[in-house]
Amino acid sequence: MSWITGVGLTGFGKSPGFDTLDLMSEAASQAIADAGLERKDIDGLVCGYSTTLPHLMLATVFAEHFGLKPAYAHAIQMGGATGFGMAMLAHELVQAGTVRNILVVAGENRLTGQSRDSTVQTLAQVGHPRYEVPLGPIIPAYYALLAARYMHEFGIDSADIAEFAVLMRRHAALRPGAHLTKAITVEEVVASRPIALPLRVMDCCPVSDGGAAFVVSRSRTGSHGVRIIGASQAHRHQHISALPDIAATGAAEAMSRALSQAGAMVSDARYLAIYDSFTITLCMLLEELGVAPRGRAPEMAREGRFSFDGPLPLNTHGGLLSYGHCGVGGALAHLVETHLQMTGRAGVRQAKEVSLALLHGDGGVFSSHVSLILEQAQ
Amino acid sequence: MRCETMSSQNPEAISDALADWSLDRPGIVFQECGSCRQRWYFQRRFCPHCGDGNPSLRQARGIGVVYSATEVHRAPTEALRAYAPYTILLIDAEEGFRMMAHGAAGLVIGERVQAGYRTVAGKLLPFYESEQHG
Repeated sequence: MSWITGVGLTGFGKSPGFDTLDLMSEAASQAIADAGLERKDIDGLVCGYSTTLPHLMLATVFAEHFGLKPAYAHAIQMGGATGFGMAMLAHELVQAGTVRNILVVAGENRLTGQSRDSTVQTLAQVGHPRYEVPLGPIIPAYYALLAARYMHEFGIDSADIAEFAVLMRRHAALRPGAHLTKAITVEEVVASRPIALPLRVMDCCPVSDGGAAFVVSRSRTGSHGVRIIGASQAHRHQHISALPDIAATGAAEAMSRALSQAGAMVSDARYLAIYDSFTITLCMLLEELGVAPRGRAPEMAREGRFSFDGPLPLNTHGGLLSYGHCGVGGALAHLVETHLQMTGRAGVRQAKEVSLALLHGDGGVFSSHVSLILEQAQ
Repeated sequence: MRCETMSSQNPEAISDALADWSLDRPGIVFQECGSCRQRWYFQRRFCPHCGDGNPSLRQARGIGVVYSATEVHRAPTEALRAYAPYTILLIDAEEGFRMMAHGAAGLVIGERVQAGYRTVAGKLLPFYESEQHG
């Protein structure tokens, strides 16, 4: 068990003039203050990566810049799963007794720090350099291949998955700092600009600037009572051409181990923080994780079950689809929002009861999976 | 069908003897393990299933079934933009491996297809069409 003692999150969107280190620093300052700690109390540091600041030693670069002298520091890379992967690593290091208070931080000016083409090309490199990338796929194309097959196998269509874009936008409108807040309808999503069909621009998360951070500690440092009681991963393939089974990507395997550590079941969940790079990502993960039966997740969204005021709130900050996606910090925003919910600080989005939360992230093309179980403590 | 054994040589040099689109020669090559009979597409020096060090390289017939399809409207590079929208497919080859390829617009999941080859943005690519047209 470890405690999440403080969180920090910048607004996502355009932050001209702020670079990777600025955004990381802003989020880190907030998280350390929220934990009631000072820089000198931080003895561990875990970072991800930044496409606008590629560096072999990002953690040490950040430690020097921000003014930390940790006893343990390095970066990890797991694509979109990096955020929850860092949380799991921090949890394991605290449990092992290696560190007392470890800062997990990410930030990137992915929107304003480089051209759109540069972002698209960098991200597409998760494909196979010899057998996939020469064909000109983009990240949405990899997910569109999943979407088309998943729709075929489980009888859903574009209007079904569009429900998730609408839901995330509705939540984002209630969350200060969200990148996209204008209300949208299913009709607008299915009529929006095609990117890689069946995925259209409103099925895709935006590229944002932003930063997020939190502190994981051996013991409580203030009044916040949120702890990590389960964490696990699964990795079954890297490239979509090598995906063995679209209905068993590794998500359920990771979540099942995390739940077993926590002594909990999916039905115990009162809050969900699920990676939502695309509408289809959310649909596939909710169904593989067992939150919804196959092909039924869109219907549950339509019925309001995943709304902030429904029985099983999902990504109440608006997720990657609307709060925004700044790279590694994108998934950390899911964790920060979960923490705000568990500590009664989610304002107008506050859910009634948030005793246990399931978090799940994927990186690549459903390639890397990380599941976390968070519990509210009095 | 030609089969060759690879040992210490580099995989690209060996597959050069076969027609392999990834090396600019129209054809599709897959690998098979002589020990456990596993078949796969991405070339390597060993069997990823059992670890056997002598997988063979084999020429595929270029016949398969569409596993999934997407029409890409947003190309990643300036060179590819002139070709958009283009169709990217995942094909289940009859030999038992899966591959990514380009293909004709309108192909649907489950359709039997046959490989041809096209040069797109200066690069030779596998291009599948409905079997009756092939």
